[in-house]
Amino acid sequence: MGEAIVITSGKGGVGKTTTSANIGTALALQGKKVCLVDTDIGLRNLDVVMGLENRIIYDIVDVATGRCKLHQALVKDKRFEDKLFLLPASQSSDKTAINPEQMKKLIDDLKSEYDYIIIDCPAGIEQGFQNAIAGADRAIVVTTPEVSSVRDADRIIGLLEKEAIEPPRLVINRIRTNMVKRGEMLDVDEVTNILAIELIGIVADDEEVIKASNNGEPIVMNPDSKASIAYRNIARRILGESVPLQQLEDNGKGMFSRLKRFFGARQ
Amino acid sequence: MMKTQNVTIKGTKDGLLLCLDDTCSFFDLLKEVEEKLFPHSQIIDDSHEVSVRIHTGNRLLTKEQEQQLRELISPEKNLIIASIESNVILKEELKRIKTEKGITVVTKIVRSGQILNITGDLLLIGDVNPGGKVMASGNIFILGRLKGMAHAGINGDENAVICAATMTPTQLRIADCFGHSLDRDEISDESECAYLNQEKQLVIEGLPVLNKIRPNINRFVEGGLS
Repeated sequence: MGEAIVITSGKGGVGKTTTSANIGTALALQGKKVCLVDTDIGLRNLDVVMGLENRIIYDIVDVATGRCKLHQALVKDKRFEDKLFLLPASQSSDKTAINPEQMKKLIDDLKSEYDYIIIDCPAGIEQGFQNAIAGADRAIVVTTPEVSSVRDADRIIGLLEKEAIEPPRLVINRIRTNMVKRGEMLDVDEVTNILAIELIGIVADDEEVIKASNNGEPIVMNPDSKASIAYRNIARRILGESVPLQQLEDNGKGMFSRLKRFFGARQ
Repeated sequence: MMKTQNVTIKGTKDGLLLCLDDTCSFFDLLKEVEEKLFPHSQIIDDSHEVSVRIHTGNRLLTKEQEQQLRELISPEKNLIIASIESNVILKEELKRIKTEKGITVVTKIVRSGQILNITGDLLLIGDVNPGGKVMASGNIFILGRLKGMAHAGINGDENAVICAATMTPTQLRIADCFGHSLDRDEISDESECAYLNQEKQLVIEGLPVLNKIRPNINRFVEGGLS
């Protein structure tokens, strides 16, 4: 029996879809059978980020309303053998086209066949959110180190506490080390102080993420990027490994510059 | 004496005190009040009103009985009922008083968008995050960081106070008055309390001041400190 994890944030534009795509891909890279579910009906994006847009035939609304079988709507990602699938959202309907009961049934069906079901939640706290969390066993809340984003994450955590879901875990996304150093951005401690939930990962702001998304290739597939390592670490933590948090201060290009700095400090 | 009297009238400097027996029937009581009080109306000066306090012993008057009593002892006869007291109250009344005067302990984080509304005093073990709100008809004590909004004395109790381990609220309200923490020059690391001063301005000060300004909050029994 698989586990359904909803990726949510409250605020829009903090990186739910990117996080969903990358955690899902990272879990598939670890050999798990993963299904990504896009519940942002009317504003679907996950297929674009995954580069699977042109292979969509049916969508989640077709499945929920019985127009097609579940397996017909699943889009297989050929880069990962039989490990990674996507259930796309509908682009033409809206959030009311599906209800939480249908959603729960759909996720339960998927759980029998997949190890992990990653549910990409739409922004907001209305029906789209209620749909997305309906079938989830646990939740990951994504926030950026901005006051508005943290405020919305706090609201979402409050709403999740009322549901029969395990306590949510936190991803802090798009941390700009330079701004944190100058005290212009909330740091990790300030965010976790307010939200008071378990931190499962921090992801530095990385231009490579945007480039990768535009190419339809999740950043985790490029093993050199900092964000890629961050997402892989999150996946390993989901699998139960204990992985220390990434050092954000190190902006250099790896071992060589670190050595240089080390000797520099000694002089 | 064959017949014990059901109504005892005492004269005090504030007026009359009527002690009503609680074992006889209410009908007898009314009759006796009428018999006893009004033959003596000559002693009651016509020119000014006399205040009457009534004590019913262990009898609890119903609304109707109270109304009958009030009709009998009425201002037309220059009598004003100052109070009707009894040794007993209803269980419901007691429960209401208990919640109003009692303290409710809550352990949780009040997050953005959440509202915690308590009758009586609130003891919150946890933070109030920005966008969260705590309300109480009495005082509010927070063992944590108050970063959201707190409203004490929501039913108009201007003596209510708000105490917090860390006081950095977005807004504070006590009764109908409110203040922003933005008006503050410096934010203390110490526990602080907010209260209304005599000019009805909201003031934030260190905790030690609490004992001075609101001694009634102290429910400490004399002699309990060894």
